[in-house]
Amino acid sequence: MILSLLGRLGRLWIVPVALAVWELAAREARAVYFPPPSGIALHVYELWFSGPPARLFLTDDAVAHILPSLGRLLLGWSAACLLGVVAGVALGRSARLSQYLSPLIHFARSLPPPVLLPVFLVLVGVGTPLQLAGIVFGVVWPVLINSIDGARYIDRQYLDTAQVFGLSRRERLTRVILPAAAPKIFAGLRLSVALALIMMIISELLGSTEGVGYRLLIAQSQLDILTMWAATLLLGVLGILFNAAFLAVERRVLGWHRAAL
Amino acid sequence: MLEIHNLTHTYGTGPGAHEALGGVDLKVAEGELVCIVGPSGCGKSTLLRSIAGLLRPTGGEILFQGDPVERTPDNLAVVFQDYSRSLFPWMSVADNVALPLRRKGMDGRQRRQAALDALEQVDLAGAGGKYPWELSGGMQQRASIARAIAYRPTLMLMDEPFGSVDAQTREDLEDLVLRVRAKHGMTILLITHDIDESVYVGDRVIVLSKAPAKVVSDLRVQLPGPRDQITTREHPGFVQLRAEVGRLVRGRQGQAASTG
Repeated sequence: MILSLLGRLGRLWIVPVALAVWELAAREARAVYFPPPSGIALHVYELWFSGPPARLFLTDDAVAHILPSLGRLLLGWSAACLLGVVAGVALGRSARLSQYLSPLIHFARSLPPPVLLPVFLVLVGVGTPLQLAGIVFGVVWPVLINSIDGARYIDRQYLDTAQVFGLSRRERLTRVILPAAAPKIFAGLRLSVALALIMMIISELLGSTEGVGYRLLIAQSQLDILTMWAATLLLGVLGILFNAAFLAVERRVLGWHRAAL
Repeated sequence: MLEIHNLTHTYGTGPGAHEALGGVDLKVAEGELVCIVGPSGCGKSTLLRSIAGLLRPTGGEILFQGDPVERTPDNLAVVFQDYSRSLFPWMSVADNVALPLRRKGMDGRQRRQAALDALEQVDLAGAGGKYPWELSGGMQQRASIARAIAYRPTLMLMDEPFGSVDAQTREDLEDLVLRVRAKHGMTILLITHDIDESVYVGDRVIVLSKAPAKVVSDLRVQLPGPRDQITTREHPGFVQLRAEVGRLVRGRQGQAASTG
């Protein structure tokens, strides 16, 4: 308990030190390409978070680029998770279905998603549908594979118990199979959170006119170094926030799993 | 209420096949507590899984209340040996007990009440809100007995239910089974490898041979009731019977003394 608290403090303690070293090194270097963190933070504030209070301090640039990206990220990630869990549990519980489809699944998941973006562009057109397709395709595989695995290897005795006590199909699914598969399913979901952020950016590099990825692309082409760094910082912070939120949910849902081990 | 005719079961086919049951015949009357003993690996669990409808035997017939067992019959509950994998760790103890009651047409409040009643009967009145893994092994097995009681089965199957608890807890649980039977009058089929336990708890002791299992002997236990862990176990009838069952289990029928 105390050790883990110290460990956590220890990790936090390294953050200001790293920032200070970065700041000093950047000031010393005086290079255009390597701005100090204070400058980047100030730019993030001016570019995105210095808007009117009525709009939660978001600037026009933030509303135009950050919000669409986040919206697509959440929508794409949710759709991929739903699809992955539903299809995964169905495949995990049906040996025949899984035999038929597993060659296709293993082929499709081996394709690097960025390679398929031009294909999606032809299929669904530019803009939000393209980005959503990119995110869903990039994110769905770990969820699907882990859900199949979780639903397939369920302790025989859980299923025997469900049968002996005459649980309905629905009760068997919601009260036995899904909870028993939940640890594996969540392992897949956790991988997908990080992937979703990556796919959000990559999918905006093609056929897009808005979004953080697009903003990054424009900044690069204009040699707007400070905005490039600002977008990088924003993505890092978003990644940490999503992961923390996900872990909080996981702790609630899988509390029994941790404690029962 | 339960009739088994010439039950056979073979796992696998060809030269690697394992013949677990070699023609088991058994009749259990309403309200009886029948213990089945036999050497380990003799097919006791195969027999129980067949009765519970968890396994389709390769031959023979099982009639439960006159009907052939195709899948798990209603009014049948099982207490498994491995309680830690039979209670669901993601549900509270009370939810575990109440889960099977929905199909009995009870609403949420009735299910909750039935679960709490059953937990009280097994001396777990305060544990309903806990998770199974917060309880000791003996308490977990009590909880799974409570689940079976709340389900109000006419036949309760118990598969080596006390095989993984310590001796003291085992005696408490044996007495619990006797109390439950006395209170609810349900028929109980208890599988065990513990000879003393079979004689102490049972009205009848069925001895199975090594695999492929057959019924070697069907002994009626005639001991003065109510059973008591100390006095029953020192009763001459108990001592004699456990010796006889012991010889039968070890396959030396020739040396067994005959009993009435």
